[in-house]
Amino acid sequence: MAETFTLKVRRFDPESGQAAYWRDYGVELDPERSVLDGILQIKDREDASLAIRCSCRAAICGSCGVRINGKSSLACNTRISDAAANARDGAIVVEPMGNMPVIKDLIVDMDAVHWKKVQRVVPWLLPEGEPPEREYIVPAEAMIDVTQSMACIHCGACVSACLSLEVDPDFIGPAALAKAYRFVGDPRDGATEQRLNDLAEDPHGIYDCTHCFACIEVCPKDVAPMSQIMRLRRRATGDYEIKDRNNGFGHEKAFTELIEKYGTLHEAQLVPRSFGDGSLIKGQTEPGAVKQLLESAPTALRGLRSGKVTPKKALIHPKLPDQDQVRRIFKEIDSKDERLELNLYIVGEGGGEEEGAAAEGGEER
Amino acid sequence: MKLAYWPGCVSRGFTPELHGSVEKVAPLLDLELVELDRANCCGAGVIAEHNQELVDTLNARTFAMAQSVDGAAGMMNICSTCQGAQSECQERLDASGDYRRHINTHLKGEGLAYERDADWWNKNLLWLLVEEIGLDALRERVVRPLDGLRIAPFYGCYIVRPTKRLGYADHPERDLYLDQLIAALGAEPVQYAGARKCCGFPVITMNRTTSLRQAGRHLADAIDAGADCLVTPCPLCHLNLDMQQPAAAKFVERDLDVPVLHLPQMVGLALGLEPKELGMGKHVVSTKPVVRRLQETPAAA
Repeated sequence: MAETFTLKVRRFDPESGQAAYWRDYGVELDPERSVLDGILQIKDREDASLAIRCSCRAAICGSCGVRINGKSSLACNTRISDAAANARDGAIVVEPMGNMPVIKDLIVDMDAVHWKKVQRVVPWLLPEGEPPEREYIVPAEAMIDVTQSMACIHCGACVSACLSLEVDPDFIGPAALAKAYRFVGDPRDGATEQRLNDLAEDPHGIYDCTHCFACIEVCPKDVAPMSQIMRLRRRATGDYEIKDRNNGFGHEKAFTELIEKYGTLHEAQLVPRSFGDGSLIKGQTEPGAVKQLLESAPTALRGLRSGKVTPKKALIHPKLPDQDQVRRIFKEIDSKDERLELNLYIVGEGGGEEEGAAAEGGEER
Repeated sequence: MKLAYWPGCVSRGFTPELHGSVEKVAPLLDLELVELDRANCCGAGVIAEHNQELVDTLNARTFAMAQSVDGAAGMMNICSTCQGAQSECQERLDASGDYRRHINTHLKGEGLAYERDADWWNKNLLWLLVEEIGLDALRERVVRPLDGLRIAPFYGCYIVRPTKRLGYADHPERDLYLDQLIAALGAEPVQYAGARKCCGFPVITMNRTTSLRQAGRHLADAIDAGADCLVTPCPLCHLNLDMQQPAAAKFVERDLDVPVLHLPQMVGLALGLEPKELGMGKHVVSTKPVVRRLQETPAAA
């Protein structure tokens, strides 16, 4: 049975010379239908000039990315009744995606931002050596790791939601970095180290991600771009020990070593050690580290003046009572050649549970 | 209510006023806190970036310690980042028995094991206040309503995203709790763009510009929306919003100077505790304007 819904749509036509404005439209639709169906009904019955990009209407082509009630989503993949339930003032708010210039109404310039950034990461395979006589053969297990990043349909929802891009338009961004991992993780690619070097050294590369989960939240295909960025960091620091100028390597090394030593975080040492190569003495005395230390000195002084930080606390950090156990865990796991990772995208919920699943009453979470 | 209590690192490090104020507020809410003083850092996303098996083991260790506290209703944390980092590990540990058993082999030496248990939980103080104590019960304990204060909520990413991992299916209003709590204590929650955005702290040593532009922009938005102060359940956000605020002001090229409270400080004020007991003198941006505002509006009770 059809119901009435109100869509509040942001309209903008740069050629009209007028400012953007909001307009409410009523649509009559089955609650099971999508927000895109609603927009298409407006075009059909009320105003054919309303502009939106769309094609497959089945969350495959990735064309109809918009923001619905502030959340970046595919219009075709969002049930209109769900959107109405989340609407604050009764009207479903539909606006163009963020972080990209608007061409008209709900259409943004994907070329100017998204595709440019994807090009930036060299999104094709760079195989090493002579090509094989027939196809490149890869063991299936070797591709598991990149499957998730291959699911991207380039809708731009993560680019639209990215909170780093909001303050740094030069950030390579979640979609392009997820694409970069698709090739870094591919065993056939011969430029792994070069790619990682490039992305680690770029001030707007893998260390410009603030870990805010916005991209994970909005991705309609569960690509989890931020997780792919973390994989890139893991490869750059763990496998290639790339000592980048952005302190990514130093920060990770200093943090993990401090926890291995003390069990909890010794913040006063974390900051200066992060500025160098993560080590205690050498790291802090490198010219680049000294410069950054001086830059952060006022903050440290403010901490001391407010009484938050005492000189004693800055110098001495207590070890946990059972710190030898924490150290043993570090040794047991960190000394192994292979990293064990449980990829829930592949395993699925409840994967590998065996007898436990029945005993514990299923694995749905 | 008895709870296994994980204070985290920063609350005992650069924001000691947070841990201190929790200890003052807990008895007033009949919370008996058993501090997990042998537990380790949650990894704050950094150890997860380094080695997943390692971070899962470290947090399984903390969970196992919490599960062995006799009579505890669950585990409480006071840091959005701890909540998110620990929930991420718990999701993997709960998803696969094989994996969980493997992780537990690393804990055998200490006689510990994390057991998957649908009734066991790890909740941030914010969630605990709303879900376990309840806003009505809290309202009854308010002796000094925060009338006249306009408070901007700042949640911290790790407690609002990803919703699937953080139990929003069962508790869909978790991203509104801070607003609801502010109102329950008698103050006015301020609506502004930054409430659920990133404070920028995770990249403060890697990209200072990105980091402080984020902090500065949200602080400025809160001020422009009329906030007297902000409140946050995350000490890492507090570092960027308070300790770094004078530096952030330079990156957004304007004056800021807005106090940022820790969640238990705000609750403590409403429960009648003195600002000094709550460590409100230990902030970089003075909290005096907040105290003055409260004194101007005498407690109705």
